[in-house]
Amino acid sequence: MTHLLRLEGVVKTYPKGNLRITALPPVDLTVGPGQFVALQGPSGSGKTTCLLIAGGLLRPDSGQVLVDGQDLYTMPRSRLAAFRARNIGFVFQQYHLIPYLTVFENILAPEAAGGRFGNESRAKALAEQFGLAHRLDHTPAELSSGEKQRTALARALLFSPKLVLADEVTGNLDHQNALGVLRHLRGYVETGGSVLLVTHDREIAAQADRVEYLPTSQTQPLEARQ
Amino acid sequence: MTVWQLVIKEITRRKLNFASGLIAVTLAVAVLGGSMTILKLHDLRTGRIVAEKEKETKARMTVLEDDYRKIMKNLGFNLLIFPEGQRLSDFYAEDAVSAYMPETYATRLAEAKIVTIRHLLPTLEEKVRWPETKRTIILIGTRGEVPSLFRDAREPILVAVPKGRAVIGHQLAQDLGLKPGDRITLFGRAFTVSQCNEERGSKDDISLWIDLAQAQEMLNKQGRINAILALKCICAGNELALVRRDVAAVLPGVQVIEQGSKVLTRAEARDRAAREAADAIAAEVHNRRQLRDEQERVSAILVPLVLLVSALWIGLVFYTNVRERRSEIGILRALGARSATILGLFLTKALLMGLIGAVAGYIAGVLVGVSRQGGVIFALLEPRLMLLVLTSAVVLAVAASWVPAYYAAQQDPAEVLREE
Repeated sequence: MTHLLRLEGVVKTYPKGNLRITALPPVDLTVGPGQFVALQGPSGSGKTTCLLIAGGLLRPDSGQVLVDGQDLYTMPRSRLAAFRARNIGFVFQQYHLIPYLTVFENILAPEAAGGRFGNESRAKALAEQFGLAHRLDHTPAELSSGEKQRTALARALLFSPKLVLADEVTGNLDHQNALGVLRHLRGYVETGGSVLLVTHDREIAAQADRVEYLPTSQTQPLEARQ
Repeated sequence: MTVWQLVIKEITRRKLNFASGLIAVTLAVAVLGGSMTILKLHDLRTGRIVAEKEKETKARMTVLEDDYRKIMKNLGFNLLIFPEGQRLSDFYAEDAVSAYMPETYATRLAEAKIVTIRHLLPTLEEKVRWPETKRTIILIGTRGEVPSLFRDAREPILVAVPKGRAVIGHQLAQDLGLKPGDRITLFGRAFTVSQCNEERGSKDDISLWIDLAQAQEMLNKQGRINAILALKCICAGNELALVRRDVAAVLPGVQVIEQGSKVLTRAEARDRAAREAADAIAAEVHNRRQLRDEQERVSAILVPLVLLVSALWIGLVFYTNVRERRSEIGILRALGARSATILGLFLTKALLMGLIGAVAGYIAGVLVGVSRQGGVIFALLEPRLMLLVLTSAVVLAVAASWVPAYYAAQQDPAEVLREE
């Protein structure tokens, strides 16, 4: 089977004083096209680090990250940015909406980042689909948590990326809103997209097609890895 | 949603941050533009003051020139050129003439091109007894000016007396009851009185002027004269010695006597007045220059200081803005924005700040300058100043925001997003 996302022996460590903290122990992970994969692990196991590495935002110490067959970390930075804009969507627990933009403008924000314009009708359709049509002119400060997360999800899907990386997207939501967001993610997967969802919630993880587990990270003396 | 739209929306919805930076740019530009306007208006005003003073001086000099001309005309001639053997004491005391020279001397002098001498009048003058009236008179034969070969024709300063005509001095006319048109007889020859002079209080009052040739014939001095009157219309007082030397070079056997020292004094007074006027203008220019230097010195300290403070202020404003927008920067990077896009986001804002600040600051600065110097608003249209201010404001804003903008562009999005 061809994998849309493939992490092979990916490791990430950080120095701290004389110690080296392993943020992400060696990981092998795959997500196929049209697959919804949940990534679970205890707190500090490196779930978010793994997600950032998978999205081309954090260079691993070793290992390979392939998205749609492209090795992300062999690309020049500018090409990687363009590739990310086209193929990867991010959704975070803290939404990261731009506070001075309206809902509609936030959904369109990837245009400024990716330089691809004329997506107004797609933005409106997504807002409609995620129940935000009545909130288009509102700023994030005027939205509920569920609405904020749905806005962030709509923004991630503007360019119909092949892969959506979602980090604890239900962490700040009540049960009903969490289920709503999951339903939207599922809907996206059904259209052929792939989702890697990081969560510590077993019930949420159970909604995925497959669940992967990360072991607890370790702290080693710095010299040990040099 | 373009970067430009993003910048505009950020500015319009976070007015305080932008306004804060704008005040810094406006202040810097106002100080720069104000200083330059003050200096420019100072220069304009200096020019006006000097022009006015020059105009006043010129008018005064024209009046002096006119006075000078009138006085010269009334007093007679600057120089008297006598034959070498003439005793001057006799001439002055008794008008006793003892020496003569050829009339051609006058022509030689005219052809010598002594540039400061404008008029040459050869005369034959003798104190004689007027037999018909039994009076002693001074008979003066004159032929008017010697034509000059090299100068522009000018109105002659003394008109020749035509043959058969006579000009009578005041005292003579009074005593003999003569008036223009009367006929008189002199040494058996008939003359018609063409003019009776006004009283001059000098020997002129007992003088009688006739044509030179007739006088030569009557006095049996054909082709001879005993004086050349050299009139110098345009002269600076200190040129007299030169004129004397030049005349002596052309006519070695003559003596040159200054006549009319009052004229000379007046000419010197006129020169002194001109010099004093020029000195006054120079002093005014010097004072204005000193004032300008002082203003320049103040500007040289104030402008860089304000620019530095403004730059720090703008830098701080942008640094605060970058800190506030860490999450936004992180998510834009996650969405595919390059470092250059993030840099552009902040530098575009700085550019706008610079442009708007330039216009506001320029107007403020010019108005302050105009209010201080009392100039006119047309200074607003000074294109070089506008260009300088515009460029300075943009460079200031962009340069001051560069470090925070670069810092924003270099931020690690993973670090930002993980922190949040």
